[in-house]
Amino acid sequence: MHKLNSNVPTGPLENRWEKHKFDLSLIAPQNRKKYNIIVIGTGLAGASLCATLGEAGYNVQSFCYNDSPRRAHSIAAQGGVNASKNYQNDGDSTWRLFYDTIKGGDFRARESNIYRLAQLSCNIIDQAVSQGVPFAREYSGYLANRSFGGTQVSRTFYARGQTGQQLLLGAYSSMSKEIASGRVKHKSRCEMLEVIIIEGKARGIVVRDLVTGEISSHLADCVVMCTGGYSNAYYLSTNAKGCNTSATWRAHKNGAYFANPSFTQIHPTCVPPTGDSQSKLTLMSESLRNDGRIWAPKKIEDCDKNPNDIPEEDRDYFLERMYPAFANLVPRDIASRALKGICDEGRGVGSVVNNQRLGVYLDFSSVIQKMGAEKVKEKYGNLFDMYESITGENPYEVPMKIYPAPHYTMGGLWVDYNLMTTIDGLFACGEANFSDHGANRLGASALMQGLADGYFVAPQTVANYLAKGKFEEITHDHPEVLASVQSVKNRIESLMNAPDPKHSPDYFHRKIGSILWTSCGMARDKESLKKAIKSIEQIKKDFWKNIKVTGSDKDFNQTLEKAGRVADFIELGHLMCIDALDRDESCGAHARLEYLAESGDAMRNDEKFGYVAAWEFNENKPTLHKEHLDFEFIKPTYRDYK
Amino acid sequence: MNFTLHIWRQKNTESSGEFVTYNVKDVDSDTSFLEMLDQLNEDLIDQGEDCVVFDYDCREGICGTCSLVINGHPHGEKKATTTCQLYMRDYADQSELWIEPWRAKSFPIVKDLAVKRESFDRIIQSGGFISTSVGSAPEANSQLINKDDADCAFDSAICIGCGACVAVCPNASASLFVAAKINHFQRLPQGKIESKKRAERMINQMEQEGFGSCSNHRHCETVCPKEISVSNIAAMNKIL
Repeated sequence: MHKLNSNVPTGPLENRWEKHKFDLSLIAPQNRKKYNIIVIGTGLAGASLCATLGEAGYNVQSFCYNDSPRRAHSIAAQGGVNASKNYQNDGDSTWRLFYDTIKGGDFRARESNIYRLAQLSCNIIDQAVSQGVPFAREYSGYLANRSFGGTQVSRTFYARGQTGQQLLLGAYSSMSKEIASGRVKHKSRCEMLEVIIIEGKARGIVVRDLVTGEISSHLADCVVMCTGGYSNAYYLSTNAKGCNTSATWRAHKNGAYFANPSFTQIHPTCVPPTGDSQSKLTLMSESLRNDGRIWAPKKIEDCDKNPNDIPEEDRDYFLERMYPAFANLVPRDIASRALKGICDEGRGVGSVVNNQRLGVYLDFSSVIQKMGAEKVKEKYGNLFDMYESITGENPYEVPMKIYPAPHYTMGGLWVDYNLMTTIDGLFACGEANFSDHGANRLGASALMQGLADGYFVAPQTVANYLAKGKFEEITHDHPEVLASVQSVKNRIESLMNAPDPKHSPDYFHRKIGSILWTSCGMARDKESLKKAIKSIEQIKKDFWKNIKVTGSDKDFNQTLEKAGRVADFIELGHLMCIDALDRDESCGAHARLEYLAESGDAMRNDEKFGYVAAWEFNENKPTLHKEHLDFEFIKPTYRDYK
Repeated sequence: MNFTLHIWRQKNTESSGEFVTYNVKDVDSDTSFLEMLDQLNEDLIDQGEDCVVFDYDCREGICGTCSLVINGHPHGEKKATTTCQLYMRDYADQSELWIEPWRAKSFPIVKDLAVKRESFDRIIQSGGFISTSVGSAPEANSQLINKDDADCAFDSAICIGCGACVAVCPNASASLFVAAKINHFQRLPQGKIESKKRAERMINQMEQEGFGSCSNHRHCETVCPKEISVSNIAAMNKIL
């Protein structure tokens, strides 16, 4: 058993990262080329890390499942990236960004990590601008900011509705520069399927070439996973179709603890699902909530009427009613829960899915009247176009419909202050780790964290790990390497040759997704979680008996890829429910119905649950390890957005 | 809705391919084009057959993974749209659809409808970046950038690297892709310094990869899902 040591430095919060950096060991420039580092994933965290390690002079091997590193799902982030530059002179500071993030996360994250994140936020903007990221600007030529996602200062930097795309292309361009220099070697269309651990240290990975089906081992002195989140466990989510937990789950099964798996964010402003063939949900930027008003009909009999025929007095602007101070701008978890409540009451609108109308209106008519359609178009044109292309409805004339969708996972591999997991030499960055967002993530902070980890934190802490260790040379015929390769082959063999092949991977994916959505989504309760755990155990059995994969494993086979990912989602889903059941409180996005105030607010229990739940894999029953959260600098308060 | 699909099937890069006809039935009109293909693949699994391989990922029009030439049009006939954003309600019931991969020498077919676009990555590696390193960046507001320049840079920077411009071009030229990147950086003071060298290297690489040259057909801007203008190509030629 590994003892959880967060390795958080001591002393004044402001100086911790500086002091820690000074205490870290360095590797001299001329010696760096002797070290090999594997980085998996090329999203914001992975691409920025490859670029930075390459610039420093290390040998980097990079892998991604996409056909190009530029396509990682960070590209789809719309809204923006936070930084406490205080350009708008509205009282922002490192301390305020730190405070907002920790409060937004409902006091379930480490103070030291978040403070470091807030400090590094400004460097990210400098770095991105120097790479040519075309952020929005004022006519004066200065950078523009907007207020975003329930904060009271304007600290969000943005590039229209495509901030993630521009930041990722910036990181990709720097990474490309390093590929050209020869220090980064990249392989696309490759999926990591196993971590190789030798004498307790992560020393490599096993990957499957998605085109040829070839299984190969790749060795290094350490491994960094930048493989994103696991929202696709719910089947329908705003993530790209390929996003998966396989890399993190393999790491977990090899000994890396998985932290807070049940902390998942369900984003309120997504295009509602319409039917059974739906393969994914689309997010529409939260910025829409700055001007749009959210409402549902007061009377159930109005739900199938044309919204424009429902008179003002019959509309329930429920967020404005429930949360007068923040109104339509309450944090994501609170908005999502309120929306679900309305639809559960039967007051939803739009398509009927599973006997329920899933949607409420997001109405711009009053803003259009006030500002004029042209102004609204200037501000939200691309989002309105996107909505129209998906739904076939014109949001300038008919109010949009929205419904929450899984969007981001705060949980992930447990890491210490150095972003190292409980396996020596195995690091996790970006959404793949659990570290900075507690039980709920605030808008425009995912991009910030991915880039802080990749550009500024991991390059330092990985170097320290390499400097302190001794790495004997390993060959591809090492017994551990061969065993890892064999275990991957065996697993593929089982997927290809189930005893009674009956159902496609998507069939099982929908099944696990629907259980998680119902029992471990926006609202959870003891009985339903217990039932879910039992059902998932059955699904797992059925999966290995009935999974049907056609085609060959020695070929480009997307069905096989899906099957492997779904198998891991099923196991992770099981752990998500166990974690949600174990945490007998509500906090942030984790809303246990037993612990919700009448207003719908989460009732935390800091005394009993003021910890990070880090789960150790065990075939029969996972073991819980607790990392107690100390709040030395701020006093946990109840989040009150009324 | 029901559709007859003629889909290009090809085992791998070396083998020759052919159109194979399939029927998909009971497609909901709100189904997206790729979901319709998902439905076909579910049928194929049922029948024990190998699925049709096609590229996709974000399914919201931004990652640039999806491709497909549909009835002769890269990303279908709808303007300013990627394939993943097409919906079956835009097609007539019972219609016949011819579905092919991007066709260009520099985008070899991997299998069925999926192609290899690493040539685009290599073009970026040849010079599609600003030579800055982490740690050396000055304070972000220390260099002011004219809003018009920033906006123009953005309009070029939104290229998603899908390759439709190449697929539609009679010369299989990557000029629009290359020019958009060159122009993105050229418009910004921090990118201007390396402009000439960058343009030379990227154009050189484009030729080495086997892409053709631009002869002003301007089909590229018509099919570009992000509506990137051919004026980028004119601007690129001025730099040289």
